[in-house]
Amino acid sequence: MRMKGSQIVMECLLEQGVDTVFGYPGGTILNIYDEFELHGYKEKIHHYLTSHEQGASHAADGYARSTGKVGVCFATSGPGATNLVTGIATAYYDSSPVVFLTCNVNENLIGKDSFQEVDITGITMPITKCNYLVKDVNKLADVIREAFAIARSGRPGPVLVDIAKNVTAATAEYEYLPVSEHPNHGRLANLMRRTGRDLGTPEPDHGDIQKLLDLIAQSQRPMVLVGGGVIRSKGAVTEFRKFMETLDAPVGSTIMGGGACPGNHPLFTGMVGMHGSHASNIATTQCDLLIAIGCRFSDRVATDPATFAKQAKIVHIDIDRAEIDKNVLTYHHIIGDARRVLELLNEKLPRHDFTAWKAEVFSHKELPLKKDNVLHAHEVLETIQEATDGKAIIATDVGQHQMWSCQYYHFSRPGQLLTSGGFGTMGFGLGAAMGAKVGNPDQIVVHCTGDGCFRMNCHELATLEHYHIPVITVIFNNGTLGMVRQWQNLIYHKRFSQTDLDRGPDFVKLAEAYGLKGFRAGTQAEFAQAFQQALQAGCGCVIDCTIRMDAMVHPMVSAGTPVTDFILD
Amino acid sequence: MNSIITRHTLSVLVENTPGVLSQVSRLFSRKGYNIESLAVGTTDDSEVSRITIEVKCDDLMVEQITNQLRKLFCVYSVRLLPPNSSTRRELVLIKVKAEGRDVRNEVIQIANIFRATIIDVSSKSLTLAVIGQESKDDALEKLLCEFGILELVRTGMVALERGEATINDNDDNKETDEFDLGKNVL
Repeated sequence: MRMKGSQIVMECLLEQGVDTVFGYPGGTILNIYDEFELHGYKEKIHHYLTSHEQGASHAADGYARSTGKVGVCFATSGPGATNLVTGIATAYYDSSPVVFLTCNVNENLIGKDSFQEVDITGITMPITKCNYLVKDVNKLADVIREAFAIARSGRPGPVLVDIAKNVTAATAEYEYLPVSEHPNHGRLANLMRRTGRDLGTPEPDHGDIQKLLDLIAQSQRPMVLVGGGVIRSKGAVTEFRKFMETLDAPVGSTIMGGGACPGNHPLFTGMVGMHGSHASNIATTQCDLLIAIGCRFSDRVATDPATFAKQAKIVHIDIDRAEIDKNVLTYHHIIGDARRVLELLNEKLPRHDFTAWKAEVFSHKELPLKKDNVLHAHEVLETIQEATDGKAIIATDVGQHQMWSCQYYHFSRPGQLLTSGGFGTMGFGLGAAMGAKVGNPDQIVVHCTGDGCFRMNCHELATLEHYHIPVITVIFNNGTLGMVRQWQNLIYHKRFSQTDLDRGPDFVKLAEAYGLKGFRAGTQAEFAQAFQQALQAGCGCVIDCTIRMDAMVHPMVSAGTPVTDFILD
Repeated sequence: MNSIITRHTLSVLVENTPGVLSQVSRLFSRKGYNIESLAVGTTDDSEVSRITIEVKCDDLMVEQITNQLRKLFCVYSVRLLPPNSSTRRELVLIKVKAEGRDVRNEVIQIANIFRATIIDVSSKSLTLAVIGQESKDDALEKLLCEFGILELVRTGMVALERGEATINDNDDNKETDEFDLGKNVL
């Protein structure tokens, strides 16, 4: 059937089963937006108009992370496209599958510094798995199909498709093609021909699997480190739990691995790294075998690569071969999808008994938590945990509240913790929470944030109000950029340069100004009451929690030092 | 692993599409390493280009670069050419000031010794083309300096392995499989 490029875009989205798009229109993408009305695509694809393109990018990301589907985000050329950049990088660092669709100026205006023209494919080259500038309407459908395939497969990640405006107006033949047929067309078919392999079912090397089983058999003190790869790989969490329970060894997690092992599981030692628990960090250093699954030993985990797990043979399981030996030199690696690797391991893994080793690991306890008459971060999170039965989706921003959320909320399933672990994007949370709630209308979605982070993208409250998206925002308001202040406190001799946030707005009034409900809490009882009201409210709510300015995230290890050199217990 | 900084020659087969060259060269700048030389052109298959890159770094870094290159969708295969069993050549064009018969004759003699060819001549200049490795090209350049070099251009090194070995040989080993799994798109 002959149709305009703009309609081909819509049809290709429907091929992929897309029913939700976040975005912001503008001059060059008008043809595509026109399709919502002209051919009634708004009946099949719900478009959420955000306050800012960055919010749309995080929403598409949050949607992808929480549903496991590919997120889709629209933006116009120039500033519209550059406003996505932080969101694209955030998705890239955390391997989140999002297709970003931007339009550029007409082909004859490209390269002439035209109005709202920018080389967005050049700009996003280092932060996308792949990107495209489409100048031929006949290739449009195949490019979009390829973009989705690349975004969701292997190690997932963002892909950007930039379409010249005239391409959206030109016409071409379009035939519906089911997703299962896509590999037989266009460049996907080329790739298949060239490699001559069935890339659809990557099979790990069975010799590599056996070698790990042998290493486990020889090990006295094994430790498991689980990362985001287990969260992204569909069905991997079930296999992972079987694996860790059969192995019966301590399990530490990276921030992206949150939810792979239930937070209250007796084998769970907590996070590893800069704000890792004593048990995690000491066990990582003392173990003789470290089985790392789907993680990349970032500098926040392996704070000092030279001493990280120095007594251990490190076995790295990952789908991305380029991660092997990148940050930490490993003893052995297995390449494959986490689910399949774990499945193969589980087939042959005998039950183990590491009672003595476990007892040693879990003898390392954390400092007792404070209880007095002021509100503490852990009390806020314990209250949320209780009120939501540990089942809520938690989206965070970045900083102290992020670490507290990971430490004190017990995540129990993939897609439950939405946080910018790799890129550390302040302002990620509200957009992500919005996307998560849209994708999971039956779940409670709580956005944990700090007063600094919230200010960055709080204009998305307007989106929550307009579309009736009942996200609960909990602000850990300490009147300062808490994490930066913590570093200033500990490392910069208490010189608090430019971190005080002694300014407005009044967040309760701000919520009300956006037509939402606002609450204030200064004690745990007040918070518990406010949170209950927020759960009942049926609309977006903001709870402004006053916490102490000098509250710190415990424990802490300085950047670049061994993970057991705690500067804060 | 050798942590001494040496010159490495990488041969890369890529899809012949716009943007691929910048995608490949970006990996080097991102790691903070200068490309010593880069040459690119199509192969016997018009859909495939071959990029030859020379970079100075240690073994660990060149492995990182290789890994990151192999991960790219547009990259078909990457080969780190073994220095002892590869031939490397570069074409250099040198325009030399050459006024008067005596000077021209002298330049032509030097060119002959180096098996350089004269590809252009005018009453005031000669242009030489020479193919070789650094040592030969540099020696010629040095000699011509005294006549006055007006312009000089290099193509960048291109290289192939000696014997019947080709860049496609490693297509069937385990490591290549591992990288293909990493970028599987289905």
